[in-house]
Amino acid sequence: MLAYLAYRTLRALGTIAGVVTLVFALVRLVPGDPVEALLGEQASPEDRALMRARLHLDDSLAVQYLRFLGDLADGSLGRSFRSDATVASQIGEVAGDTAALALAALLVAWLTALPLGILAARFRGRAPDRVASALAVAGLAIPNIWLGPLLILLFGVRLRWLPLPGDDQAPLAALVLPALTLGTALAATLTRQTRGALADQLGAPYVVAARARGLPPARVLRQALRNAAFPVLTVGAAQLGALLSGTVVVETIFERRGLGTLFLDAFFARDYPTVAGCAVVIASIYVLVNLLVDLLYGVIDPRVRLG
Amino acid sequence: MSWARKLGVGGALVAVFAVTAVVGPWVAPHDPLRIDLAHSFAPPSAEHPLGTGDNGVDLASALLYGARRAGVVGLFVVVFSALVGTLLGAWAGLRGGRLDSWLSVVADVVQAFPGVILYIALLALVDRPGTTHVVGALCVSGWVLYARIARAEALTLREAEFVQAATALGATRGRVLWRHVLPNLLGPIVIQATSGFGGVVVAEATLSFLGLGPTDGVSWGALLDQGSGVLLRFPHVALVAGSAIALTVFGFNLAGDRLRDLLDPRGRR
Repeated sequence: MLAYLAYRTLRALGTIAGVVTLVFALVRLVPGDPVEALLGEQASPEDRALMRARLHLDDSLAVQYLRFLGDLADGSLGRSFRSDATVASQIGEVAGDTAALALAALLVAWLTALPLGILAARFRGRAPDRVASALAVAGLAIPNIWLGPLLILLFGVRLRWLPLPGDDQAPLAALVLPALTLGTALAATLTRQTRGALADQLGAPYVVAARARGLPPARVLRQALRNAAFPVLTVGAAQLGALLSGTVVVETIFERRGLGTLFLDAFFARDYPTVAGCAVVIASIYVLVNLLVDLLYGVIDPRVRLG
Repeated sequence: MSWARKLGVGGALVAVFAVTAVVGPWVAPHDPLRIDLAHSFAPPSAEHPLGTGDNGVDLASALLYGARRAGVVGLFVVVFSALVGTLLGAWAGLRGGRLDSWLSVVADVVQAFPGVILYIALLALVDRPGTTHVVGALCVSGWVLYARIARAEALTLREAEFVQAATALGATRGRVLWRHVLPNLLGPIVIQATSGFGGVVVAEATLSFLGLGPTDGVSWGALLDQGSGVLLRFPHVALVAGSAIALTVFGFNLAGDRLRDLLDPRGRR
């Protein structure tokens, strides 16, 4: 068990170290002079020299790398090119908005996927199954860059039930459409996974035996659900990446502030420290959540820790 | 012919997309970039069957040119990713050892960046991203999934009797890979490439939508972005572009699912 925990944790930390190094390499790979990209070609030599010094571009690559690591280690993540704020404080300002959006989307996804998936598995091949499968196929086919505008058109413009983007009078109501947009693809994937995993379990000999012994259907279903949970959870955690990258799109469409829009704005402004900081933070969140799910597995399922 | 029927609706949608991507620009009624300020955001008419967008560009023509763009990007990314990923993954799975460990480390690091995040970080490197850069960015993460699939298959095949027999008879590792392993892992790769194509179309559209794609030429994503800006007054622009993307992805997903049922006996339930 301990060896398993240690292996998973070390591997995740190694991946994060790789992420940090890759991001550093990318930022240093910027072709041409970042100073020129920032100040334009007409900048005076004094301004350039000042900027070079400020960005520490005259240091050796090794020193720059260590400085980058230092910025990560002291928690500041470096300083934005655009303002004097640290990248960490910029992220801290908007992290709550993105967390709220991601949690709401997760809620949407699980609350739709579980009932639909269970119904589909329970009534396999019949009407509920066909409806759930059709919904899942549709949910997977519609990209969020199109679902967002569609929902705005329907619920914001035509029906006027929910606020339009940029209107933050009612924060909770304003969260509904973004959460639906972000959560739909995940809901579709989870519905399929739940249906598949549960259908497998419901066909297993132990379920047949339990039924034959006259166990109430609800208890049989509960037992099967517990055993079906693992594959569904894994896929759920892996899909979190899609959710994180979806926040960039959804926050842009709905004009919300957050990690995604901070990252995108920094990209357009050539604010490399902020781009690098956001990329490291987002990738690390993703790796850590997947590690957490892996570890949870080991704790819950004896087959994992002993196998 | 029976194959075409077996692939059903998904196959039909993929075929429509493929034909549109090939002949689209030749049959387009107008130049998709021609500006006609007098007829901005006009509803459908005889001259403009799907209406016009910003600056009076013909939407039907933009749609046809956009299909070419999506098709070219999709084809390049999928073919490159599948080729490189399959070869690397199969070789690593067959050989094991240090190459295998390094490959999974690299794959882990690349996959740690969720989709768009990696593309944005990569495109930040170039001054003005062009189609080549977008294709390159998509390939950087594209090969990983194929490598993982090929590696897993190769690990199983390595132990198979016919592979052991070939090795015992003195076949070199390259020959084993080429003659025995690769042909037997093509099924899952083809399935992944089919649904993966739809994913690339969405990724390309998403990048253009966010304004990260090339500014020349026509992309469905950029068209959708333009349409979203005027959604309240002229919803037809977004409707046209969004439906094109969704139908294409739908087709590739469906065709991929169907291929899985046809090719992969383990997937049958």
